[in-house]
Amino acid sequence: MATVAAVIASTHHPFYYRASTSTGAGRPPFADEWVAKIEAFRATLTRARPDVLVMVGSDHFHQLWLDNMPQFLVGKAPCYDANFYNEEREFGLPRMFVRGHEDLSAYLLRQGIDAGFDLAFSNELRIDHSITCPLITLRPEADLPIVPIYTNIFAPPLPQPKRFVELGRTIRQLVESWPSGQRVAIIGTGHLSLELGGPRQFGPHGPDPEFDRKAVGWIASGDLTAALAEVSLDSLWLPGNATHGFMDFMLMMGVAGDNVKADYSDSLDLFHTMEAYFTWYPEAAA
Amino acid sequence: MSKYLLNKFLYTVDRDPELVERYREDPRGTVAWWEAERANVILNLPELERSTWLEFTDTEREALATHDFVKLFELGAHNFLTLTLFIATFERDYDEPLGFQLEYARRLSHFGLPYPDIST
Repeated sequence: MATVAAVIASTHHPFYYRASTSTGAGRPPFADEWVAKIEAFRATLTRARPDVLVMVGSDHFHQLWLDNMPQFLVGKAPCYDANFYNEEREFGLPRMFVRGHEDLSAYLLRQGIDAGFDLAFSNELRIDHSITCPLITLRPEADLPIVPIYTNIFAPPLPQPKRFVELGRTIRQLVESWPSGQRVAIIGTGHLSLELGGPRQFGPHGPDPEFDRKAVGWIASGDLTAALAEVSLDSLWLPGNATHGFMDFMLMMGVAGDNVKADYSDSLDLFHTMEAYFTWYPEAAA
Repeated sequence: MSKYLLNKFLYTVDRDPELVERYREDPRGTVAWWEAERANVILNLPELERSTWLEFTDTEREALATHDFVKLFELGAHNFLTLTLFIATFERDYDEPLGFQLEYARRLSHFGLPYPDIST
């Protein structure tokens, strides 16, 4: 059976690429500290020696649209082109290309549907910065095949938080039952408190530092009981109008397991949002 | 209310560099053209199979035609789509980094929770 070599959850900040590659007067004052934290975080994936990456993210109204909106979608394609014109324009993100792992995609789809998740699929998916940001931060070579999994955290009506957690648990079980000798890292990105296109956007910190503090605590300790007790689709509007991306963190808590402490956690208080980085090594706990 | 159509305008303009510039330079003309020619095109279908029923209300049309992102927020247009397109349209007019984004926030500062519903 396959090995879950690492479980990784993080924020995805589209400005990281530009901040980390800029030089001279254009380099923001926080760039060096940010790069150092990302390089330490990257080492947590490198040491897990993964062969394939399952990558959970959310399309930001790029390919998936309101005329036909899936809640949970698994990419099943031999290749994925990545990043879009408006991401080049606004964030300076490069066009990218990454190979897919169709066998694992097919396995997750078949077994996931049979396990009670009526997963949508795509045979031609262009992935966006929710998946390319963690590639840039964690595996900039983009040399490993991936299985992209998209969640809808964006276009109401959304699935309930508990459903994200259950999908995470299912992904973990399915990867562990995949008849393969490969080492799989499961990586997902979301947000802490975040405001986009609202009055609290782009402040000196995230819009709700108190939520961020609690959320980091839940993730680092694997406290799904507290997270599920406090988080609802309604409550997530309060910390910021784009905070439903926290449900992707909850999905990854489901992957990592109830009350399983992260082996690595770090955060960085930036303007606009708090960055947070977590890694679990299930092998060490087994 | 046709929040879906507001979002469709923002979405289809934002993904097309030529339309972004056209909307910046001639918002009223772009909105009129788009409503007549593009509003009813289903994005994953040939134009032959277009819809027959989509149109803006007068309030919605005027909000788009006047670049009124405050009104769009009030009407429940999707916050991410509005922000992204208006950054593309107006960020260049500000000298300071995030100057437009902060002005955008300031102009929405009279909104408290709960914000207008973005459900479609």
